[in-house]
Amino acid sequence: MNTPTNLTRRDFIKVSSVAGAGLVLSFYLPSKGEPLGAAAAAPAFAPNAWLTIDTNGIVTITVARSEMGQGVLTSMPMIVAEELEADWKNVRVIQAISHPTKYGSMSTGGSFSVRGSWQNLRNAGAAARELLIAAAAQTWGTETSACRAENGTIIHTSGKKLSYGELASKAATMRVPTSLKLKDPKDFKILGKRLRKLDTPSKVNGSAKFGSDIRVPGMLFASVERCPVFGGKVTSFDAAKAKALQGVRDVVQIDSGIAVVATSTWAAFQGRKALTVQWNEGQFAGQNSAAIWKSFEEAAKSKGSIEDYAGSAENALTSAAKKVEAIYYAPLIAHATMEPMNCVADVRSDRCEIWVPTQSPQQVAGEAARILGFPLDKVRVNTTLLGGGFGRRLQTDYSSDAVRVSKAIGAPVSVVWTREDDMQHDWYRPCTYNVLTGGIGKDGWPVAWLHRVVGPGSRGLVVGGSTPPYALPNFQIDSHIKDIGVPIGAWRSVGPSQNGFVVESFIDELAYAAKKDPFEYRRHLLAGSARLRRALEVAAEKAGWGKPLPAGVGRGIAAVESFGSAVAEVFEVSVEKSGKVKIHRIVAAVDCGPVVNPDTLEAQVEGGIVYSLSAVLKDEITIARGRVEQNNFDDYRILTIDEMPKVETHIIPSTESVGGIGEPGLPPVAPALCNAIFAATGKRIRRLPIRPADLQ
Amino acid sequence: MTPITLTVNGKKHTVEVSPDTPLLWVLRDTLGLTGTKYGCGVAQCGSCTVLLNGDAIRSCVTTIADCQEKSVTTIEGLSADSTHALQKAWIEDDVPQCGYCQSGQIMAAAALLATHPRPTDQQIDDAMQGILCRCGTYPRIRRAIHRAAAQKGGKS
Repeated sequence: MNTPTNLTRRDFIKVSSVAGAGLVLSFYLPSKGEPLGAAAAAPAFAPNAWLTIDTNGIVTITVARSEMGQGVLTSMPMIVAEELEADWKNVRVIQAISHPTKYGSMSTGGSFSVRGSWQNLRNAGAAARELLIAAAAQTWGTETSACRAENGTIIHTSGKKLSYGELASKAATMRVPTSLKLKDPKDFKILGKRLRKLDTPSKVNGSAKFGSDIRVPGMLFASVERCPVFGGKVTSFDAAKAKALQGVRDVVQIDSGIAVVATSTWAAFQGRKALTVQWNEGQFAGQNSAAIWKSFEEAAKSKGSIEDYAGSAENALTSAAKKVEAIYYAPLIAHATMEPMNCVADVRSDRCEIWVPTQSPQQVAGEAARILGFPLDKVRVNTTLLGGGFGRRLQTDYSSDAVRVSKAIGAPVSVVWTREDDMQHDWYRPCTYNVLTGGIGKDGWPVAWLHRVVGPGSRGLVVGGSTPPYALPNFQIDSHIKDIGVPIGAWRSVGPSQNGFVVESFIDELAYAAKKDPFEYRRHLLAGSARLRRALEVAAEKAGWGKPLPAGVGRGIAAVESFGSAVAEVFEVSVEKSGKVKIHRIVAAVDCGPVVNPDTLEAQVEGGIVYSLSAVLKDEITIARGRVEQNNFDDYRILTIDEMPKVETHIIPSTESVGGIGEPGLPPVAPALCNAIFAATGKRIRRLPIRPADLQ
Repeated sequence: MTPITLTVNGKKHTVEVSPDTPLLWVLRDTLGLTGTKYGCGVAQCGSCTVLLNGDAIRSCVTTIADCQEKSVTTIEGLSADSTHALQKAWIEDDVPQCGYCQSGQIMAAAALLATHPRPTDQQIDDAMQGILCRCGTYPRIRRAIHRAAAQKGGKS
């Protein structure tokens, strides 16, 4: 990593000084989806993040991604600080305010923040370091080669020192070097270290501000009564009783329903209960879960759009020595962030300010501008801390509520969804119906793999992650996308969250059908996929794969590469007579390339496993009469501390490219668990969530 | 409307709200103490946990009328400067992820340590299983409670 980075692009790292304020360095970060290194080809200077060093030596890094617990407000500064040779104690972070272009995409998703910024954050830190060295060399009248940076100071070979604070203003007048030497990873002092997150202190004393904690002068509180059926509309309403309640100030109709505006959240909630609303429930009023599955089953009888293929699976199947068929079901599931959806908006005659826990501040701004008919530069969006995101906060339905209510009442307002609103008006992970057909040859190796998937939402949400990582000479994936009238969105780990279950369960079925060890079967078929195979091997080795287990205990394995990282997991489970699954041990092996903060990595893997386990063991959103049947945490249950299994996370030292870590821990959970259940009981789980009745 | 008097974090307050108003909303919307969180409104998630006369209670289902002349401690009042053993342990183990449930977690843990200075894992399970965390910080919560207990020199 010692190779010089070419910085002919002086136009994309810019240096300036703010009067008496030290050094300001602007640099470029690629947007989501843009290939790494694209910065070099950026046609013009497009500053979208800043590093500043003030005269006291305080380094401030602006982060344009949202903090939802994944640690981005700490990991991104760590990368800059490493190359900068900053004193970590002097590093501060601020959250960027939304801007249409300055930062590129500000969306936080796809586990993209670190991997999308890694190279450019390093370049920015290194560029600032070289400027400081140049400033010191000039001050001392010496060569830059006689100076080195260390822990917030430039040190001369003679031993004399100048701090970054002392050098900042002069550094701002230096020329940005045309090539940069990035540090050798063996010299890293910050990256790879277990640093505590910068925002932790605020989260143990109540001072951290989430969206629902924002208070602005003159602010009122509102709660919106929505049609319980998706797509339904208000036909009439009577607000007389609600308006008579103490604390209720107003009742207004907005696009999404009837908003009760009050002097407190509680009064707004009470006002809603006093409303009488007539709804036109719309075309999905008769929708129910059984009908959805039935329609999927019908659709699956015909061939859908081909999504991916190799060879000719249909032909190969006819000559297979053995055919294996299975149908897999993944249910609708909700995000259920601990902080329900909420937003504060202050709409004035010619501008609007918004405070919102969002993963998509630019989309929030765009929607607000559209609703209000304002130019984009009249909308300012402040991203607060997010009380969980998991993909739910990529949507703008809840921010638009606040914009509409504030516009209607002419005052700033905090719209807070109840837990029931949040549960019943989510953008759910798609439910999918999967028909799998596999053929194995006489030697047991797969000769054909057919996967037909039917589900709602976008193609990516339904199909993502369905291509098997294995060396399959003939495979085919086809899909039917069916609208079911239920909002569908990205759920932490997206397509791979359900397709990982399908693919990694079915390969297990083929292994058993071939009478081969499921670990060895995968390993053999991953010969061309070194990174995933390595993760598989490490997980198996750490878990003691093949070693004897007590009677009734089974081991299952699964490996999925997603969001740029390879993760394999081994579960050890037994099943009680009641059908209750007992998880004895979880071993995870992770290759995400260079590791920014191992502590955060472990937290994300562990957290991802818990998030996924709640879904696999407990959760399903069901529809009846066009409505979501679940209400709150009493009927949509999440894992509790006493149910938390032991998770061992093994980080694989890796020189692979940098990968994400917020999501890749999830996809192997369902299949590794279900494969372990099969090993323990001989019962194959093909429908989630796991029901004790299926295992009695 | 009868004024209701209660002590919050050592300070006496008189509030004039409907007596059936849950303590949670008085803390958040009337007194501006937003460290206590709303998560479910029906005592199912524990994000709103505070101490009422030292006991961990769910403030979302505790009416303000039931707090008359009582003493409430919220996360903001646990210590003046984040130096409660639990807060220090929480920082040491870097427990929070998104952080939203953590006020409730810490307050429930504070009540636990008051009665069980050196809690067993089983006692931690019993005291903490009603406080949900969607990010999955449970192993660190357990570790931090043990750490705080050890630092306080608690005896089991």
